[in-house]
Amino acid sequence: MASALFFYVFAVLAVASGAMVILTKNPVHAVLFLILAFFNAAGLFVLLSAEFLAMLLVIVYVGAVSVLFLFVVMMLDVDFAELKAGFIKNAGIGAVVGGIVLAEILAFVGYRGLTAASSLNVASPVPAAGSGITNTQALGEILYTKYVYFFEGASMILFVAMIGAIVLTLKHRVAVKRQSIAAQVARGPKTGLEVIKVPSGGYVIPPAGKHPEAAE
Amino acid sequence: MIDSTVLQVVLPELILAIGAIALLMVGVFMKNGEAAGRVVSWLAVGLLIVVGIAVFEQGGSATVFNGAFVSDSFTRFLKIVILVGAALTLLMTFDNFTRAKLLLFEYPVLVLLATLGMLMMVSANDLISLYLGLELQSLALYVVAAFSRDDVRSSEAGLKYFVLGALSSGMLLYGASILYGVTGSTSYVSIASAAGLPEMATNVGLTFGLVFVLVGIAFKVAAVPFHMWTPDVYQGSPTPVTAFFAGAPKIAAMALLLRFTQAAMPTAAPQWQQIVIFLSIASMALGAFAAIGQTNIKRLLAYSSIGHVGFALVGLAANSADGTSGVLIYLAIYVAMTLGAFACVLSMRRGDRYVESISDLAGLARSDLTFATILAILMFSFAGIPPLAGFWAKWYVFLPAIKAGLYPLSVIGMVSSVISAFYYLRIVKVMFFDEPAEAFSPREGRTSAVMALSAFFATVFVLPFVGGAIVDAATAAASVLVSAHPL
Repeated sequence: MASALFFYVFAVLAVASGAMVILTKNPVHAVLFLILAFFNAAGLFVLLSAEFLAMLLVIVYVGAVSVLFLFVVMMLDVDFAELKAGFIKNAGIGAVVGGIVLAEILAFVGYRGLTAASSLNVASPVPAAGSGITNTQALGEILYTKYVYFFEGASMILFVAMIGAIVLTLKHRVAVKRQSIAAQVARGPKTGLEVIKVPSGGYVIPPAGKHPEAAE
Repeated sequence: MIDSTVLQVVLPELILAIGAIALLMVGVFMKNGEAAGRVVSWLAVGLLIVVGIAVFEQGGSATVFNGAFVSDSFTRFLKIVILVGAALTLLMTFDNFTRAKLLLFEYPVLVLLATLGMLMMVSANDLISLYLGLELQSLALYVVAAFSRDDVRSSEAGLKYFVLGALSSGMLLYGASILYGVTGSTSYVSIASAAGLPEMATNVGLTFGLVFVLVGIAFKVAAVPFHMWTPDVYQGSPTPVTAFFAGAPKIAAMALLLRFTQAAMPTAAPQWQQIVIFLSIASMALGAFAAIGQTNIKRLLAYSSIGHVGFALVGLAANSADGTSGVLIYLAIYVAMTLGAFACVLSMRRGDRYVESISDLAGLARSDLTFATILAILMFSFAGIPPLAGFWAKWYVFLPAIKAGLYPLSVIGMVSSVISAFYYLRIVKVMFFDEPAEAFSPREGRTSAVMALSAFFATVFVLPFVGGAIVDAATAAASVLVSAHPL
């Protein structure tokens, strides 16, 4: 009874905040409603006793993705009046495409053409239902043992992504002065002060590279 | 759990992964950028040789990680070919990248990681390891395609390759998820046994999954009609990178195709045979016709590689042990000749400027007869003129196809082989009979060595102790794949 009540609370809030994401005028509010939708979806997962997915949803989608969205929305100056004008113009085509997709989904749900015909490999729940092991623990038990090869393979892929991002974007600009805190702290009277004899009637250009903070 | 026998089976991959990480550290801690690039490149070549020895020293067949990773004579044959291809392309890189100020230590590290992905692809015996290997390889290749980041065409090549590669990965994943949903397993062995059940014979989901996975792999081997990215990416990427693209990654993707079709889908052979025959005919025809109008030699080699993938697929279409060994022989010969051809392209230099136009080769025979002769041998070999290696490559794929009764496929293949001979021979004609263009600058030693080696291989393949040894190894490799999973 209680779980049914919670289901309806989460479900109604999820659908309502989903609707608000596209209805609200202020883009920052839209992202905040999106976060609310994620939280409610996480609640639904908890009701299904899939607490690991619920945690992932909160950590990854709320913690990382939505915050990134928020930054982008706040930094980009999007003209919403202009977007609205385009909306009215293309509403007809949008409605047709949306209608077709909806019809396809309904047809597919009705048809159920792709059936799991073979009973040979039907996976049994791991761990067996009622064994009292949470699914976070169950995942942890196989991720580093049975699936260690896949785990390490995926980590190599992330490694390549990291190297690639650095190679393609990092530029060493020669003309830019960078702050070197170590050099600044180490600066004393010996390195910071220089006595230069200026001949009377002449001038002296101090040798470059003597000042530690000017290096790099 | 992991014990020492498992480590022995994955030893080459382990050495390569740890070595790549160690070389990255070496590069990061060396102050001088260019010296770091040079040192890490040489160490990378050394590492690839060590990995090659580790692969060579393995014996027998073993499956580890719950059937996700397989090591047998089939994987060993292809891994050796891939490692040789990767090591020789690294050797050809120095001169070009030094001039282009691209000799960064990240390049050899990315090539090593791409090679690691290829080894994982060759050994993949599970849909998840298939995908992980493929992504590791592709991601490293997207980066090296855009490696010359100040060059618009290189960035364009990287972006195009990335977008189309991501699309193809998506299709492959979609197919893999359908296959998993229908058969209840990601392991090739379980998929094969589930697909072999009588009630699965008419299952739509199985065919859908098969088609999507094949489309994803066809993108990676650049088989028509999934080839559109190839000419632009080959032309835009720095030439040493193109040389790498044309060789090792295709071998790995073909290995994936061979094992997936024959180990996971032996009962669906009638379905995938149709697809492979179509891909093969379309690739051979496009490779023959589209290359005729090309003036840029890198684009020409791109279309030529599309055609050669078509020829290799003829062997797979035959669906027999002979056909599979034909594909393996074709791939080994193709890599050897492609490396030589790109070594020739890398030697087309006037001062500090690299040229890529076919007309730049005019009258080469009068200024550099050795260069012209080597390129002529390679072109004759590509065209399939006996007794050069290219002829035997075609011989070993068309013979099983004819035995399997695929007469239309064989006839179309031979006709397109004759048509493609036109543009190969045109290069020979330009070099030997046209009015000389400005002579090239002196060749660089390592690149010349690679092209000489390649031409030498193409010439002596006919000798029994060269060609025969490769044919024997390929036959043994193919028999493992086919006998483990009786058709």
